[in-house]
Amino acid sequence: MQRPQPSTEPVEHPADEAGPAETALGEERPPAVRLRDAALSYGSRELWRGLDLDVAPGEFLAVLGPNGAGKTSLLRVLLGLAPLSGGSVSIAGEPAHRGNDRIGYIPQQRSLQNSLTMRGNDLVGLGLDGHRWGIGLRHRATRARRVREALRAVEATDYAKTPLGLLSGGEQQRLRIAQAIVSEPDVLLCDEPLLSLDPSHQRRVSELIGRQTRTTGSAALFVTHEINPVLPLVDRVLYLVNGGFRIGTPDEVMNSTTLSELYGTEVEVARVGGRLVVAGAEHEQDHHVHEGGEA
Amino acid sequence: MNRLLDALSRIFDFGLTGELLGYPFVQQALLAAAVLGLVSGVLAPLVVTRKMSFAVHGTAELAFTGAAAALLIGVGVTVGALAGAVVAALLLGLLGQRETERDSVIGAVLSFGLGLGVLLLWMNPERASNKFTLLVGQIVGVRPEENMLLGMASLIVLLVTALLYRPLLFASVDSEVAAARGVPTGVLTPVFALLVGIATALGVHVVGALLVMALMVTPGAAAMRVTASPVKATLLSVVFAEVAAVGGILLSLAPGVPVSVFVTAVSFGIYLVCRVVGGLRVNRLTRGNAAAAV
Repeated sequence: MQRPQPSTEPVEHPADEAGPAETALGEERPPAVRLRDAALSYGSRELWRGLDLDVAPGEFLAVLGPNGAGKTSLLRVLLGLAPLSGGSVSIAGEPAHRGNDRIGYIPQQRSLQNSLTMRGNDLVGLGLDGHRWGIGLRHRATRARRVREALRAVEATDYAKTPLGLLSGGEQQRLRIAQAIVSEPDVLLCDEPLLSLDPSHQRRVSELIGRQTRTTGSAALFVTHEINPVLPLVDRVLYLVNGGFRIGTPDEVMNSTTLSELYGTEVEVARVGGRLVVAGAEHEQDHHVHEGGEA
Repeated sequence: MNRLLDALSRIFDFGLTGELLGYPFVQQALLAAAVLGLVSGVLAPLVVTRKMSFAVHGTAELAFTGAAAALLIGVGVTVGALAGAVVAALLLGLLGQRETERDSVIGAVLSFGLGLGVLLLWMNPERASNKFTLLVGQIVGVRPEENMLLGMASLIVLLVTALLYRPLLFASVDSEVAAARGVPTGVLTPVFALLVGIATALGVHVVGALLVMALMVTPGAAAMRVTASPVKATLLSVVFAEVAAVGGILLSLAPGVPVSVFVTAVSFGIYLVCRVVGGLRVNRLTRGNAAAAV
């Protein structure tokens, strides 16, 4: 399989174009995420290499690509749970490491069904100090205030005391966002957070994440199969396929020429009523676009 | 049948109960039960959240094997039970790392452990009644020095649990995000299994290996039916476990029926009540939500 050459001049999208971040808090913040000549492989299988990426504070980066392209692995690297096989990675100016306070993590919606002994405010509180030892008797007032603020930011105050198991997927996912933002992170890592949500909740959840990037200047790396629900929010796209990748604005990456090159086969990208429809990429990708397209 | 009626009629013989309470061995027993109620009450909600009921059962069986071995070679039963439970926790931790496998690993280890225990008892020339107590419990046999061991082990379990509490809770309800936040979920699992093993081994002495779930699981399951707060669930679980353990012993004194009968009955009674109350609560909450959504 021929690996498409990453452009030697990566499409730059400097912080001053990223918009809102620097207006509010811009001064000298280091890039939220910086990858330099990063490579990742499992055994002999190379997921990607030569990846140079700076994500500016407040930037919304969509990470796209078929299954197995290394999107989730990229998140694991940023979380410090997996090492790079080459190059370097830093988060808010410091080398990536496990248990990083600078990162908020939003997973797929699932499996909080059975938790009747956990309420929204408990879940959000764990996002703040769940990784600390002890039972946490100190600083309870500060903790409660920060949890309240996070819940208010995602408009989940109404059901903050309802057992999680009784909430809808969309409501649970809003709590996940509150859980991720309560520690005031510099980066939000979102791993398919819209999966299995209905379209109106998809929109709601993406808007909340987008709002978070604008108001607090935290960057978002948003791993998704489906760019359409987040398309209006996306500053840049990182598209990973078969060991190759492209970085750029949605227009620069999501076009027939670039994706055909990346996939090494004929791929057609069309704009239909403000939505992007990708045809001819691998089956799985196709499927998800159709699913979204029907919405 | 007559024997049962006769025994039950003595439950309310408070005079006899009061008289028995004067004996040091009964006081030792109540003390042991109170300590055990505290430890198992604290652990039970986490055991339930982590779906470890069957693991508790398996650990208890191996604690029984250890106790049987201790009886044979003349060491303290609690020491033997502890050793057995620790071996069980390590085995389950090593063999059952993958969640899909855990269930069957416990089943396989459990049956072998039980068989081994029966062999050890058979090899033992001692009176049969002593052996029987390992399975169904006989707290009035607790000796002061064993209470010391029980107290020390309980203290260690409680301290370690307090230290691990938040990460453990986080990993139990939300392991993916917990791992992302740097919680060492892979290490917590065997450590918690070890804590549960120690607590289970201590329970073997009071309610016996077969019925240890009445203290290690049921109070937590009951508490989690009636509250959505992890802290309240833990407090309630401790109360329930104490009522079952101490109350069970008090009830068993006059009739002279094995304590496990009453401990499990009280525990199960609490569970039933909590299920009913919890059902009503969920109904109310769901209706509340529906009303809010309209």
